[in-house]
Amino acid sequence: MKINRRRFLLGTTVVGGGLLIGYATTRPSKHSVANDTLAENGQSFLTTWLRIDPDNTVTVLVPHSEMGQGVLTSLPMMAADELDADWDLVRVEQAPATDLFANGVLVKGFAQSLGVSVPGFLDGAINKVSEIMNIQITGGSSSVRFTGENGMRVAGAAAREMLIKTAAARWEVPESELTARLSHVHHEASGRTATYGELASDAARFEPSPTPRLKEPHEFTLMGKPIPRIDIPAKVDGTAAFGMDARLPGMLYAAVKTSPVFGNKLVSVNSDVALQRRGVVRVVELDDAVAVVADNYWRAKQALAALDIQFEATANDQVSTQSIYAQFDTALQGELSEDVEEGDTPTALAGAATTIDATYRVPYLAHAAMEPMNCTVHFHDSKADVWTGTQDNLGIRGRVASVSGLDENDVTMHMFYLGGGFGRRLPNTTNTIDQATRIAQQFDVPVQTIWSREEDMQQDYYRPAVTSAFRAGFDASNNLIAWENHYTTKNEPAEAAHPPYSIPNKSIAYADSSTHVPTGAWRSVAHSQHTFFLESFVDELAHKAGKNPYQFRLDMLRDKPRHAAVLKTAAERAGWERNLPEGHAMGIALQESFGSIVAQVAEVSINSDGSVRVHRVTCALDCGRSVNPDTVASQAESGIIYGLTAALYGEITIANGRVEQTNFNDYEMLRLSDSPEIDVVTIESGAALGGLGEPATPPVAAAVANAVYILTGQRVRELPLKNYRFTAAPVERVA
Amino acid sequence: MARFRVNGVAQELDIEPEMPLLWALRDELGLTGTKFGCGVAACGACTVQVNGNPVRSCVTPVSAVEGTDITTIEGLAVNAAAALSPVQQAWIDHQVPQCGYCQSGMIMAVSALLTANPNPSDDEIDGAITNICRCGTYPRVRKAIRSLTAATTA
Repeated sequence: MKINRRRFLLGTTVVGGGLLIGYATTRPSKHSVANDTLAENGQSFLTTWLRIDPDNTVTVLVPHSEMGQGVLTSLPMMAADELDADWDLVRVEQAPATDLFANGVLVKGFAQSLGVSVPGFLDGAINKVSEIMNIQITGGSSSVRFTGENGMRVAGAAAREMLIKTAAARWEVPESELTARLSHVHHEASGRTATYGELASDAARFEPSPTPRLKEPHEFTLMGKPIPRIDIPAKVDGTAAFGMDARLPGMLYAAVKTSPVFGNKLVSVNSDVALQRRGVVRVVELDDAVAVVADNYWRAKQALAALDIQFEATANDQVSTQSIYAQFDTALQGELSEDVEEGDTPTALAGAATTIDATYRVPYLAHAAMEPMNCTVHFHDSKADVWTGTQDNLGIRGRVASVSGLDENDVTMHMFYLGGGFGRRLPNTTNTIDQATRIAQQFDVPVQTIWSREEDMQQDYYRPAVTSAFRAGFDASNNLIAWENHYTTKNEPAEAAHPPYSIPNKSIAYADSSTHVPTGAWRSVAHSQHTFFLESFVDELAHKAGKNPYQFRLDMLRDKPRHAAVLKTAAERAGWERNLPEGHAMGIALQESFGSIVAQVAEVSINSDGSVRVHRVTCALDCGRSVNPDTVASQAESGIIYGLTAALYGEITIANGRVEQTNFNDYEMLRLSDSPEIDVVTIESGAALGGLGEPATPPVAAAVANAVYILTGQRVRELPLKNYRFTAAPVERVA
Repeated sequence: MARFRVNGVAQELDIEPEMPLLWALRDELGLTGTKFGCGVAACGACTVQVNGNPVRSCVTPVSAVEGTDITTIEGLAVNAAAALSPVQQAWIDHQVPQCGYCQSGMIMAVSALLTANPNPSDDEIDGAITNICRCGTYPRVRKAIRSLTAATTA
């Protein structure tokens, strides 16, 4: 059966509403549609996300992308635990990029995280929204806390109930006498037992309950255990396939040069020069780019380099980092939009015994995922097939359809591992996908469009450069009474600039100041900039008040016990009050993001050449409860190194309207030699689950810069640290 | 005609002598385990072994490897007693990879290092393993290497 979007939009619903695990109305539930359309060889879908085969294997269909965060393991763990499945018999598949697998649970989770209360009767509507919006996104550190907690667990528990109900009917015994264990249902009294595989086809006739009984944490058999990741074996022997590894008969390769000044149009290109070269099939002219298509990527790239490509000149050719910063400064003097207004900050500042001003900046940053952007598309028979690694397969299906004018259901996604996501492979950052689609439209064979590292770095959707100006006031007893903060660019998430500390008067506002530089979500989004600003400025205030920066923070967290516990744990674990080796100092920073609270302590020294050396980062985090403790640790390690790379080296500069950096030789990365020791400690508070992909990234820059201040007396108000040559001249020791 | 052995198999390719080994492996031989990361020998994702030595294949023309023995990630376990080489097994034991894209090159570089120097100091490890990993698996890379060496510190 083909699910047709147009019919759906006209209201003649083929796939009904309802939470993904189903609903009780006259329309067919999602799992029965899956059974009608996808099940083969005796397979049974008990929910759309859980398929049981006659051989008693359980397959979990995961509607999220694996990009190293372990989602192909953690989500199946959550479903299998509630299902009481034998982990050895659990298999994992990526959910297809079709309407049936649109992720309504995620939409509801995000809505609830924004404080919107979503009653159950709206689940059907939410599911429709997720289909219309093509929601299958992996971002916002949401997979485990929303899809896992509200979807996978419910699906597993509902399926378990359906299996028990089936056995009860078959054996004519009460459900209460049955137990489920390791993919079997047992009737202890009679000694009868049946595998899930034997019960599944009958069980699939029941409707899954949207409110099954979920386990209490002490009943968990898989959640909370460091289960080895399912995707790792294929990642050590070269068999894991990333988008760029798609290999198809007769395929061609495209190398692309896009206007280095964003948005400028193509004027001319001498295509003949390329066409004379070996292996070159065609030169494709796009609106703002040229592609050379050849039988081998290197041949395409070499031919592209031989071309004389002319792009138009526009006013944007004059834009530079300096002009952008000047524009930001002007914008901050103009009209501002309110973010937070508590108390009476102007009056408090006017009456303050002491005020402090400081202005911070951070530059644009590229994502620089290890796998350069690429996408393979094959147009044939008025349809398209797409091979790529993306953070939203359903979203990319929609994008290819809209660029090519095809119906979404005539576009088939072939899913691959992502060689890094970090926000670069989201459905609203599709310049590579758009190009690959337009190039492939001119061929009847598959065309793999590969961006060089230089294109990848110069055609990104960058983390926004931000300027943030602070003014704070103390009363005569050195209590922080006023906090004023004006910054550029509205924040996503909105709370990124909100300090967790109790300060009676707060006035936070922003200025919009758009430029021609494309921007996008970069791991932890606005938190990475604003945590650096907030936690550096708070540190300044602590020193100004003559207080220990750790104690200063702790004193302002009396009404935030979870934050206080995390801060305290990080400080104690790092040995905040202990004597450090000569020339070392510690800095501390705290932030809550994506539902998790993280504090980090960085131990730092200054190298003889004046550069910064980070020896050790201690990270305390409260994500409520660890579903897979080893993945929690690895995501924290990863987030710290991502944030530290930005703090030490990350800087995209603009000159003559274009990005100046080209490759890893001028956009330097942290490597093994400068990677600190990382110690992660988790606090199992039992609070609602928090995310993990992003929350460890924000605090580290401030933690390091705060230590640098102790070592050098120099307050770092602009990143990256590579632009400084510090001299160790301690002004004070507070540790 | 370019002639060399890849994972023990003799190859003869009618390609330009200046074609980098990376693209001969990926686009001519279909060996996609070796990755393209930067094209300028800066990241190490394309690392293979040529006569046992780690080489960044994105800047190594096939003319420079004429007649050599090339090992890629697909062939690393060929001489191991088990299905995986010790380095690959250590990578699983320590759950090293995240996105995994850089790990072929990382494993090829580490395996060449440990063959040449079974007991490297931390400085020797730092000097030899300059591969970039954007997921930040470095702490686990070091732990996995250390699990294969006698010394635990420099």
